[in-house]
Formats: sequence, C-alpha cells, structure tokens
Amino acid sequence: MAVDTMVATERQVPAWKRIGTMREAGLIAIILALGLVMSFASPHFLTFGNMRAMLMSFSVEGIVVVGMTILLIVGGIDLAVGSVVCFAMVLAGSLFLAGVDPWTASLVGILASSMIGMIMGFFVTVVGLNHFITSLAAMVIVRGLCLVITKGTPLSLFTLPASFKAVGQGTFHGVPYVILIFVAVVILFDFLLRRATAFRKVFYTGSNEKAALYSGIKTKQVKFWVTVLCSTLAGVAGVIYMSRFGAATPTFGVGMELNIIAAAVIGGASLNGGSGTILGAILGIALLSVVTSSLILLDVSVYWQDMIKGCILLAAVSIDHLLHKRKAV
Amino acid sequence: MAAEPVLEVRRVTKHFGAVKALTEVDFRLERGEIHALCGENGAGKSTLMNILAGVLQPNDGEVLVDGAPVKVGSPAIAQMLGIGLVHQEIALCPDATVAENMFMAATNRRRSPLMNYGALEREAQMVMNRLAPIDVRRKVADLAISSQQLVEIAKALTLDCRVLILDEPTAALTEAEAQALFGIIRDLKAAGISIIYISHRMAEIFSLCDRVTVFRDGRHVVTEKIADVTPDDVVRRMVGREISQLYPAKQAPEARSDETILSVRNLSDGDRIDTVSFDLKRGEILGLGGLIGSGRTEIAEAICGLRARSKGEVALRGKVQRIANYRDAVNAGIVYLSEDRKGSGVFVELSIAQNISVLDLKTLTGPLGLLNSKAEADLARDFVRRLGVRMGGIDMPVSSLSGGNQQKVAIAKQLAVRPQVILMDEPTRGIDVGAKSEIHRLLRELAETGIGIVVISSELPELLGLCDRVLVVREGAIAGELDDTDMSEEAVIRLASGVTQTDQIATGRTANVA
Repeated sequence: MAVDTMVATERQVPAWKRIGTMREAGLIAIILALGLVMSFASPHFLTFGNMRAMLMSFSVEGIVVVGMTILLIVGGIDLAVGSVVCFAMVLAGSLFLAGVDPWTASLVGILASSMIGMIMGFFVTVVGLNHFITSLAAMVIVRGLCLVITKGTPLSLFTLPASFKAVGQGTFHGVPYVILIFVAVVILFDFLLRRATAFRKVFYTGSNEKAALYSGIKTKQVKFWVTVLCSTLAGVAGVIYMSRFGAATPTFGVGMELNIIAAAVIGGASLNGGSGTILGAILGIALLSVVTSSLILLDVSVYWQDMIKGCILLAAVSIDHLLHKRKAV
Repeated sequence: MAAEPVLEVRRVTKHFGAVKALTEVDFRLERGEIHALCGENGAGKSTLMNILAGVLQPNDGEVLVDGAPVKVGSPAIAQMLGIGLVHQEIALCPDATVAENMFMAATNRRRSPLMNYGALEREAQMVMNRLAPIDVRRKVADLAISSQQLVEIAKALTLDCRVLILDEPTAALTEAEAQALFGIIRDLKAAGISIIYISHRMAEIFSLCDRVTVFRDGRHVVTEKIADVTPDDVVRRMVGREISQLYPAKQAPEARSDETILSVRNLSDGDRIDTVSFDLKRGEILGLGGLIGSGRTEIAEAICGLRARSKGEVALRGKVQRIANYRDAVNAGIVYLSEDRKGSGVFVELSIAQNISVLDLKTLTGPLGLLNSKAEADLARDFVRRLGVRMGGIDMPVSSLSGGNQQKVAIAKQLAVRPQVILMDEPTRGIDVGAKSEIHRLLRELAETGIGIVVISSELPELLGLCDRVLVVREGAIAGELDDTDMSEEAVIRLASGVTQTDQIATGRTANVA
C-alpha cells in the first residue's frame, strides 16, 4: 500500500542541525556577539578578572535558577526565593553568633528553607491555592521573619572561621569554590532532569496535568516536592552568600526573584509549564549578567540598568513566542 | 402569500481548506414558524448556524433578513439584526453569576457605564423563572450541566431577537426541563419570533415544529411541512448514503470467539448511567452509539475508574476486578482513550517518545531510578513503525504532528502497556479522511490479535462500518443492541432518539422516559 511506503520510520537529522535549532545555541550566539562588541568597547571586558567576576556574580544566583526552572517546568512559580535566600542567611548567621558551629548553623538554615517549601507545597497541593499567590504571601512573611530574627540590623560575621569563609571566598587551583559548587549543581540537575524517572514526571505534570493524572501520576506529590526543592536550593544559595560576604543583611535579595524568573524564561522555560532546560536557564542568567557587566563598564547609569534588562526579557520572550506561533501554523 | 421570509439563505458555500462543509445551500425561515433542521453529525447544520450568528463567514452566497441582503460580519452584528444562537456547547463565564451571564450580551450593547445589579438580578430572575427555579445570584460554576444549558437558553431570551436558533437544546436536559422549554418555545412563537430548532430527536421535532429541513453532506436535501412527512421519511433522508468501502473487513462469522473478555454488569453511577450491562468478546470491536450527552463517555469512564460508580461490577476474563482509580484499570489491562485528545490525551510540548512511555515508566526505569533512554527510544520506534506515525523523529514534540498522527501517538501510549481491553472515545474526531481509515485499519488489526475494543462514536458511518456489534445508549441506559444483520443508520437513530415505531411518534419521548 502506498501509505506504508510513505511512512518514514525516522528521518535522520544531522547533529549540527539539531543544535542549530536549539534555543540554547541562539543564546550562546547572542552572548558571544555581545562579548565581541564589548571587547572592542572596553579594554577591561576581556580580562581574566572581569570574566571571573562575572562568573562569580551569577554562580550563586544560578543555583536558585536551577530550582526555579524545575518549578516552572511543573507549572509553578516561586516569588519567595529572594526572601528564602535571605532567611537561610540570617538564620544561620544568628545561630552562629549564638555560638553554634557555622556548618551546623548552615545546615539548619538550609533545612528551615526546605520547611518553608513544605509549607508552601502544603498550601498549593492540599489547600489548593496557586503557586503565585502562595509564594507572594510567603515572600512577604519570610521577609518579615528575617527582620524579626535580626531586629532589622545587619549581622556582622567577621568572626566566621576561615575554613567556612573558604566556601564563598576560597579557590581550588585558582577556581573559586563557588563556581565549582554551581557547576556541580548544574550538571547534577541537568542529568536528573534528562534521565531520572522522578523528574520526567515533572514534565508530564507541567505539560498536561489532567493527562498526567489520567496516566496514574501522582501530580500533587510531584508539585509538592518540586516546591520544596526550589526553596531548598534557595537556602543553599543563602548560606553560600553568608560565607562569601561574611555578613547577613535582612534586606538582602529583595527583587532577586524577578531576575531569577527572567533568566529561566529567557532560557526557554514556559510559565505555562511543560518546558524548560537547565542549560537554557543558566545561559539566561549569564546573558543578564553580561549585560549588567557591560553596562557598568560602559559607565551607564545604574538607573538605566533595570530598564534595559526588562526590555531584554520582553524581547527574548516575544521572539520566542513569534517563532513558535509561526511553527504552529 | 408574498410576505418576505424573516431570514433567507441563498446558495451559501463554506469550505475549510479542502473540506466542503456547505455546498450551495438554500434555506428559508418564515415569520413565526418553528423550523426543524435535521442531519447527521457533519452534515453542515452547525456551520450554517455559525454563519447566521456571525461566527463564520461564507465563501459564497448571501444571507437576507426581511428580504434585504445583509453581511453578518460578527456576532455583534447578528445581535443587532435580531439573530440569537444558543450553542450546543456551553459557553458561559463560570465565575460570574447566572444574572451576569444572562445579560452579558445585553450589557455589551447598553450605553450606561454603570451596572445596576439590583435591576439586573430582578430582570434575570423574571426570565429565569419561566424556565426553571434557578437562583440567578448563584455562580454558573456551581450549577449542574443541565442548569447551565438552561442559563444559555435564558441568555438568548434576554436579547429581544426575532430569530432564535437552538442547537440541540435538550441534549443535557431532564424531561421536566425539556417540557418547560417547549412551553417557552411555543410562547415565543406566539409572540411572533421565528425559531430554528436543531435536534436529533424525532419525537420533539414532530410535536413542536411546523416544518423540517434535512441536510446531508453539506447540501440541502429537502424542506417539508411536518404534517406531510413521517419520522421514517426524515430519518431516511438524513441517511441516504451508502457506506463506502473505506472500512476494513469485519470479523468473519467463523472467526468469532465465544470467549468473553470484558463483562460489565449493572453498572450505575447514581447520576448519568443506569444499570448498564454488556459483554465484550475476544477480538471484537463493539460500538457504543447514541446522542451526545446520552452517557456513552460516562459508561467508559465508570468502567476504567475515572468516574465513581454506585453499583455494578466489571469482570475481565470472568474475574471481577477491583478498580478504584485509573491506575488499577491500567494494571488490570483496561485502557481508555479520551475523546478530548488535547485536554487529557497527549502532552503536546513533550516528545513522541516521552508520550508513548508515560504509562510504562516502571518497566523503563533502572535500579537507580534512572530512565533507560535507549529502551524508551526502542519502545517508541517500535510503536511508531507499527502504527505508521508520520513524523520528523521520535524526539520531536507531539505538537509538530498532524491531528491523525497525534491520535496515533495517543493510541501507542495505550498499547505500550499491552492492554486486553481498549475503550476509545471518538477515536477519529477531527482527523482527516486518510488518517481516519488508517486508524480504522489499525483498530481492526489490533482486534485480530485478540484485544477487545470498545469504540464510542457519534459518526454513524464509522459506527456501522467499523464495529462488529453496536449498543445504542439512550439516557444512560442501553436502549438496544444491533448486530451485523440488523445494523443500519436508521436503526441506530431510532434507538438513539427513542422512536421505535412510526405510530409512536407523538408520545415517543414521554413514553420512553416512563
């Protein structure tokens, strides 16, 4: 029958072509192009110091982006990450000042962040609120908690032992630990997201919750644990910041969530759930970081920076939407 | 009589791509008549109504109101011309109150920038009381489907239209609600409003309407006075087509198995379905026919644990199964393919391979909780080849496929768990003819391997062409069984609409309910 002969089992798509269609490739191209322009515009851009500073600047935020991306894939969102980063920082910091060993204090800070994730997960899955409202409330509550813990004043932690400060400030063969931790987290979760069955369920749930439910996937459980994961990674970022700055400010991380969400979305995560990659999200935050760095080197007023970043977000998402729309027709 | 018809359609043609939905259709609606419009699904009734209501634009032909040509460019223009349409599907704002929904269209035309909620609710309640005692301050989402349908109708009544189109208004209504509606329709007629009444139910048409028009395959077949025809005539005109050779050969009599694979006994859910019992033989394709809303989908859902049942049991090869949720059904070997492909069937953003493996994750997962991606790809390749899915590659998203190929992926997903019984709800809805016959052939091949298949379909040709046996569902119960010898479109329509014999028409519907 004619039909049978027409059936192509699988057209072989060359590897380079597949890469060419990936949005990650587009982001890499934009970042490289921007870098090229900047290396002519400013002699300081292409220096080792500037490169390392840029990488450092988004490494810790990058850990939070990983959690946010997974949460976006499941169809959720977390506006409280900035507050939770700060919360882990000030809780661990004040425990240390109260005489607790800094490592133990950090662990408590991270676990307490997980608890916040569990509480949010409870409201989302059991009470049935959506992620947006739940995390909006958590953002304000947790920020308040930070102010309560510190009584509103920054904690000075210069007495932190050198071994602990090394996490945020030290290097291993010239590479900062912070960057190593970040790379490890990225590789781990990128692998899990591609290969682990548990994380596959995140995609099913986010893509079509009803179909996932009809396929016997416990979608509420999936949503709960992804919420917890996102808060936990925010907690991890919080204690790394503490180590890096040797201080804990109750106003740290205000507005951070927007940067994080913007990065994930530029990297291809959909607010409707079902799509997103770790690599894309990391490139998203790298792009925002390169832009920030460039603006600073070009002496652009700080007041302009947020505006320009917002425009980049709008442009990236619009281009993506239009490309998809054309494909769908 | 030289009076102009209130609404006239002349040689209207409408096509969607290559598919002709309407071909040079003529239609005349006289002042103050109730005009029935009949035809099978896909005959073009809804397309014409959508043209009259300004939702669709014709490719050719003209629409005349009071003898003057008009262009119904949008629903707002239709409203201005006094044409009101009650859709078959409910299109209400679930979070707004009944009153707000009823006056949504009217509000749109009003000049005042402020809402007078007191007056709105009083007025809405007055209109609503004529239909049913529903509190107009309630939210639409809190109402049962039949009440929502009544809100749709009440909404149309609030517009002072001269032409009211009702598209299967009684599909989801109870007998009492339907009777109340008929009373209102007669009142409207007495008030000089002209009504187009679309329905499959002969009893309703013959007790309510003045004239009847039959459409078939997008063409106007005939318009007659109700007094001059019998329900039999109408049904025959609706069908009038031979079933083509597109369907695969049916089970040969000698190939028939006596082995019962699925047996359903006294299945009820205390709401939409009522003591349903049937057997499915090994290797058989069993059709479930009936009107939309008759309870066919609900029966399938109750069998596979997607709908709570109040009594009854489901046995597989003679063994009664405990099925509390869908997972249990899958484990027992019963799978269900939803009629709503995009809503609950496939994951459009995810790849073909990821879609096919979803029910089978356990067997594909290794000891460390990692997916064996090679096994997953092999599984996908195997099914993609067997089902003839046309695609770029198994890593492509399902959204890149045509409707027919998406449906094949949805079927592959079910087959991956090696089921014994497959329940398929509208397996070829919205799929082009070529892919349709491929899916039919596929289903027959599957049945030949010994799987039992239940096909729910609103398309009579499909039901008759594909199935070895057909059960017709009416009002949540099995109204009759047709096997190869007595299977015909007329027989299905009769059973589905409750007309058993020609002389029973006048009392047809009430008699069936009693």
